[in-house]
Amino acid sequence: MASFFDLKARKEAAATNGSPSKAPPPKETLRLQPWVEKYRPKNLSDVTAQDHTITVLQRNLQSSNLPHMLFYGPPGTGKTSTVLALAKELYGPELIKTRVLELNASDERGISIVREKVKDFARMQLSNPSAAYRAQYPCPPYKIIILDEADSMTQDAQSALRRTMETYSKITRFCLICNYVTRIIDPLASRCSKFRFKSLDQGNAKKRVEDIAEKEGVKLEDGAADALIKCSEGDLRKAITFLQSAARLVGALAVKGDQEDGQDEADAMDVDVKDAKVVTVKSIEDIAGVIPDKTIEQLVKAMQPRSKGLVYEAVAKVVTDMVADGWSGTQVVSQLYQSTIYNEEIPDVKKNKITLLFSEADKRLVDGSDEHLTILDLSLKISNVLAGA
Amino acid sequence: MALLVDKHRPRSLDQLTYHKDLSERLRSLAQSGDFPHLLVYGPSGAGKKTRIVATLKELYGPGVEKIKIDSRVFQTTSNRKLEFNIVASVYHLEITPSDVGNYDRVVIQDLLKEVAQTQQVDSGARQKFKVVVINEADHLTRDAQAALRRTMEKYSPNLRLILLANSTANIIAPIRSRTLLVRVAAPSETEICAVLERSGKLEKWPVQRGLNERIAKESGRNLRRALLMFESVHAQNEKVTDTTPIPPPDWEALISQVAGEIMAEHTPAQILKVRAKLYDLLTHCIPPTTILKTLTFKLIPKTDDALKADVIKWSAFYEHRIRMGTKVIFHLEAFVAKYMRISEEHMMMEDF
Repeated sequence: MASFFDLKARKEAAATNGSPSKAPPPKETLRLQPWVEKYRPKNLSDVTAQDHTITVLQRNLQSSNLPHMLFYGPPGTGKTSTVLALAKELYGPELIKTRVLELNASDERGISIVREKVKDFARMQLSNPSAAYRAQYPCPPYKIIILDEADSMTQDAQSALRRTMETYSKITRFCLICNYVTRIIDPLASRCSKFRFKSLDQGNAKKRVEDIAEKEGVKLEDGAADALIKCSEGDLRKAITFLQSAARLVGALAVKGDQEDGQDEADAMDVDVKDAKVVTVKSIEDIAGVIPDKTIEQLVKAMQPRSKGLVYEAVAKVVTDMVADGWSGTQVVSQLYQSTIYNEEIPDVKKNKITLLFSEADKRLVDGSDEHLTILDLSLKISNVLAGA
Repeated sequence: MALLVDKHRPRSLDQLTYHKDLSERLRSLAQSGDFPHLLVYGPSGAGKKTRIVATLKELYGPGVEKIKIDSRVFQTTSNRKLEFNIVASVYHLEITPSDVGNYDRVVIQDLLKEVAQTQQVDSGARQKFKVVVINEADHLTRDAQAALRRTMEKYSPNLRLILLANSTANIIAPIRSRTLLVRVAAPSETEICAVLERSGKLEKWPVQRGLNERIAKESGRNLRRALLMFESVHAQNEKVTDTTPIPPPDWEALISQVAGEIMAEHTPAQILKVRAKLYDLLTHCIPPTTILKTLTFKLIPKTDDALKADVIKWSAFYEHRIRMGTKVIFHLEAFVAKYMRISEEHMMMEDF
């Protein structure tokens, strides 16, 4: 916990140092930034809740020798943030441009690119930083190539990397980032030291969200932070995006009354947000696309065993309405899952069978099957199991 | 003469008649000067596109209505040339990447980067960023979606994306966590009636409340369909009353015929007969999912209660097969055969 307080103090210091010296124009551009980018951790110790990984990396940092790295974990856990923060700490703002190459799936990354661009960069000799600069940042004698979203690289491209990684290991380190470590071919994985990013636990994520809310002057209703964390399922980026959207909605509505023109509007809004507007649990659930409990209850009720024709009519009606209301199929499946699996009244044997059905339905939805039919089928099958067949 | 759907399409957020709070929310987003990436989803005919166009107008003013169509040529890595149409105004671009099938990644990468790296030229523009509207985002390949990820973050000062999709199931989680989800529900039947009434009034057609209600019911809460039906009823009949029959689209009529034939006789010869009709539907570019779904829901009322769950089960099963397989007709026929089989079995059971 000490590190957390430390972090806060540091940030406050940064804020007080930064704001008076900076002229208004950069502030304007900052405002337009998504908060996800704005609050990306500036250094390693800022990264939330990945203690193990961070300690290892910091130790590496001190010895100023890095292995090739492979970061993997679910989205929104801070993989990209960590490596960017690491690069910043290593090289500082000036050197980072020449020493770090970041490639992600939005760049062409076929085999030809690996052969040319990556190889060229890996081969390049290092420039020497000035002594003064070196005193400020460690500037170790190697470059870093970040391959973000490496699991979307083709097998060929990955195998083309193999030799490159070894040949130039004196002056280049690779950092691969991916969601699914299984999609990285074995020869590559065995050349890297792996870091698993676990999905954020509730406490840490909540603290971070509340922290940001405080800095942006957004008031959270009691329980709103919890709702944010629940809706985002351990994905901090999602939580922050939701927070920003929610804040925008309530904040911007307040401005509408006293609108002036373009530039002043921004300032007016900042003041207004501080005044009264509160982000409620409901607005967050709205944004996250969570289906109201009432609708799910209706469906569950319709599924209760009755004579066959009646069940079909009832279920079909609820499902048709749900589909027309535009609720997403995956959301229905996951929420229905929560409500059935945690229902104490259903015996375990039946739950067993029901889980199988859920797995089938999820697979179909991901394959792009029609949502209406899939959900109708799922509900009818569950009701069949419930009836004891 | 334009169709009613286009003629009476609302042009601004004020004119939208239903989901008032959603319009209000979009307006406040547009005015806050700090517009997020949007993922708009909802069933077809719910008014997603209309709403987005209205929001764009709120963002940039009337300039967005002056659109032109560009044809661009992209080159894939294997030097294949792709022709691609872009609908563009000074402020926004509208693309349908699924047009180019598997090569959508190339288009996304090239086009978005190009847009993102150029600043807004018009200094009088209200917003600094350009908006790219991506239609049918749920048909984007995984590769193309992966290509969007970093682009959305990196170029956020110059670029905002609006993704339009029918469902969020096929959108990968990283994209979903980067966008603001906006759900557009289909209008309720009363809302459809209100719209029909308004359109009718603008056209100076006599109001037939009963007819409107029936259309709303028939349309399955799809406003576009309701308006088209409304217009076709009025076009085909000189004098419209509450009881005027609503002509179904001809493909739907054909599917009802198929359903009738399936019910009439459960024999292999009958399957052959049905096959011809199914082929007919397929060659007229009716999507196989629509055929199967409509067929299922036409069969259900004629089926014994005990079998309904089974029919849905197999329908969902074969629909999945259609998605995964390559030859559509196999699975459609398999469904027909399966249906005949289970209903025959059921009848045998009852006889005993």
